[in-house]
Amino acid sequence: MEASVIGRRLPKPDAIAKATGQAEFIDDFVLPGQLYGKILRSPYAHARIVNIDTTEALKLPGVKAVLTAKDIPGNRMGFGMDNEGLKKDKVRYIGDDVAAVAAVDEDTAIRALDLIKVDYEILPGVFDPFTAMEKGAPLVHEEKGTNISCSYKFVAGDAIAALAKADVVVTNRYELPFVTSCCMGTHGCLASFNADGNLTVRSTIQAPFIYKHELAEALEIPESKIRVIQPIISGAFGTRLDVYSYELACVTLAKKTGRPVKIVFTREEEFINSRNRQPMIIDLSTGADRTGRLVARVARVIADNGAYNSWGATTPVVGMTTVSSLYQVPNVLYEADIVYTNQPYSGAMRGYGNPQSTFAVESQMDELAEKLGMDPLEFRLLNSNRPGEINPHKMKITSCGLPECLSGAAEGIGWKEKRGAQNNRGVGIAALQHVGGGARVYRSDGCGAVVKLDSVGRVVVLIGSTDMGQGSDGIVVQIVAETLGIKPEKVQLINNDTDLTSWDAGCHASRTTFVSGNAALLAAEIVRKKVIEVAAEMLNLPIQRLVFRDEKIFDQENTDKSVSLSKVVRSMHFRQDGQMVIGEGFYDPPTEMCDREFMGNVSAAYAFGAHAVEVEVDLETGKVKVLDYVAAHDLGRAINPLAVEGQIDGGVVMGLGYALTEEMIIREGKVLNPNFLDYRLLTICDSIRAKKILVETNDPLGPYGAKGVGEPCTIPVAAAVANAIYNAIGVRMRSLPITPEKILAALKEKNK
Amino acid sequence: MKQPIKFTVNEETHELLVRPEQTLLDILRHELRLMGTKKGCDTGDCGACTVLLDGTAVNSCLVLAIEVNGRQVKTIEGLADGLELHPIQKSFVEHGAIQCGFCTPGMILTAKALLDENPSPTENEIKHAMSGNLCRCTGYTKIIDAVKAVGKEKTGEVS
Repeated sequence: MEASVIGRRLPKPDAIAKATGQAEFIDDFVLPGQLYGKILRSPYAHARIVNIDTTEALKLPGVKAVLTAKDIPGNRMGFGMDNEGLKKDKVRYIGDDVAAVAAVDEDTAIRALDLIKVDYEILPGVFDPFTAMEKGAPLVHEEKGTNISCSYKFVAGDAIAALAKADVVVTNRYELPFVTSCCMGTHGCLASFNADGNLTVRSTIQAPFIYKHELAEALEIPESKIRVIQPIISGAFGTRLDVYSYELACVTLAKKTGRPVKIVFTREEEFINSRNRQPMIIDLSTGADRTGRLVARVARVIADNGAYNSWGATTPVVGMTTVSSLYQVPNVLYEADIVYTNQPYSGAMRGYGNPQSTFAVESQMDELAEKLGMDPLEFRLLNSNRPGEINPHKMKITSCGLPECLSGAAEGIGWKEKRGAQNNRGVGIAALQHVGGGARVYRSDGCGAVVKLDSVGRVVVLIGSTDMGQGSDGIVVQIVAETLGIKPEKVQLINNDTDLTSWDAGCHASRTTFVSGNAALLAAEIVRKKVIEVAAEMLNLPIQRLVFRDEKIFDQENTDKSVSLSKVVRSMHFRQDGQMVIGEGFYDPPTEMCDREFMGNVSAAYAFGAHAVEVEVDLETGKVKVLDYVAAHDLGRAINPLAVEGQIDGGVVMGLGYALTEEMIIREGKVLNPNFLDYRLLTICDSIRAKKILVETNDPLGPYGAKGVGEPCTIPVAAAVANAIYNAIGVRMRSLPITPEKILAALKEKNK
Repeated sequence: MKQPIKFTVNEETHELLVRPEQTLLDILRHELRLMGTKKGCDTGDCGACTVLLDGTAVNSCLVLAIEVNGRQVKTIEGLADGLELHPIQKSFVEHGAIQCGFCTPGMILTAKALLDENPSPTENEIKHAMSGNLCRCTGYTKIIDAVKAVGKEKTGEVS
């Protein structure tokens, strides 16, 4: 049967609701009797809480409850349980959660915060990971006895020995800043208890089932009493993977007052108090032999964790795979320390440690190519992964279009003509590898789906997956529509309520199309099987001759002979031994968790890509102008090219922000630019019309051949830009963002 | 002290008592329950709260409620004709200009103000007019395409 829905450029199912203002984001919910919550935040980076006096705040008319740590049951949370909802003894960063208020309106809640008196004993703080690792440094968490939260080490072969023997070695330090997701809608939580003690939480979360579990543990509420409803998610990019401290307070306020309580972050809170991309220092060495084959790579990574762990403390697990496996390197040593400081705490953001690693690895590939006297493109192609490869982590590379992406991106940018034109213009290229077929970071990487077909031909999909704006709901709809031969408009998708949907490991690791798509496919196939059996009876034809198209089941040898889907379903209902037409699918990719040595095939497919960029640098001002851009991605198959283009456009601009303008500037723990005026997000004036090359490798396990592409679009951008700048003006920028000031300083240094 | 104001929103007249510090954004959302206008920053930096005030695109978080006395406001809820989408809304939907959708109402209203004044804007004119509306998802390209397409349709230009 010819595919009729797969590969079509379709608008998102929720686009109309979003275009008309009907889509309900967290702040758009107002429940009867709802109160407004606010968090009192620490003004100090590191201080002991001596006393909190809430008497005056409680007296303010309109205030319904004031909480401190002692009021929150459980109150332990976070990766490694190093965090609390409200802080009991100590605050560890400027903005830490100290007390919470619920009041009849926001203004009253804010006024009440001013009436809470907190006595602090100010402690010396640590504001960079190197100082934090020194002996005698103040400890962010005394009980741990060290500021190193966790360490990672991956070894393949003997990298030190191989590096010593390598013909050519390049060693450098790469510095990655603290950048933040800047979702246009801020975080929020709305908690309400029914009279029977069941809790309903609406939260801007991208992994609802894990959230439910973690929230239950943190608050010592049975998980069976919690229902999570997701509003429309206003972007996430990883920042909504964690349960947040304020949510423990929000739920407890609702419990204490018996009324719904909503807390929504201000934009300033969003900058300071949400989980963002980890700043990293990467010391990287790569060695090659004279023929240009890579022989060894050694990376030493220090990440500024900030005050507490989030899922971000695990990003080296992804970052290390780029160091070891973006190209074939037989000998690898990767070591990372995640270090506590008295800074806002970092998390995961689009790429999960990979944008940082890729900047270092792909910048160094160019540096090494130059030393070898090779063309950086040829050098990459020589060392590229290819289908059938098993990398040092025992990850099995199946579909792999990396060479095609590299060649395509280079050709698209005009590599041969434009390299070294000596006119302050230059071109650069960088590649990427990422998980593209799920990522087994929990014991289950699965997703459950139910497809229900009713007697008027309306199809409803209940699925655990989350669409945070990227368009995965549309992909699921297309897969179901294709399988059942119906129009996508006929498919309704429900995925925002854990009472209706089944387990999903969450929207992360670019896994939704692959995993949820496969779950929906399985469920739809069961519906198809049920229907086709009855249709065969009705048409008196063998099953093999039947095809699904246009809401009918046809005899493929005589298309005049058909029966409508709805008629088949009615005949299944209107009989003595009737049955429902429901299919259920649970898909968990055939993968394994990595072991303590970080060995294991964690993903059922891997995504690849290459970006090429042409820049012009103004030698007077140091400003970098992006002239042209090509993004090539091996995404298995583009189920909806319009959605894929949207991912690429957005990913490239986000990557350009990382490369050129974005940085949370923090001094002594204080964020100096927590607003859109001072934190330079790219605007429409900076947008670039990237050419897209979609390399369709048709992954054998992907739903209709598809792999993930969401995160990959942003991963290689900064390295490609840095490589292009070097090609243009001969200065190597190893610290992001590459601001005009840094370019001018580098030029001055070069011309000394 | 609360002040009385009388103004129209989406052709409907409202009389309200407002506090001097209340913004247009706050009364649209909290008093009139028009939740389509979004609060992205509350400091006039992101454009998510854009509405039309007497036809001009403004950040409603920077307009005091008392300033709108006697004036006309259009919000995203007032753009479609019943279930019939406004051409700009339709174009945003069809061009894939919407991802998470939080910036969308503001984007569409800014586009409307532009197109009302300049029915066939160039790409640069679109960029200039919409530079106060931030988006984190789309990279803006498809937003430009969507606005451009409406412009062309209006002047009958064939792409």
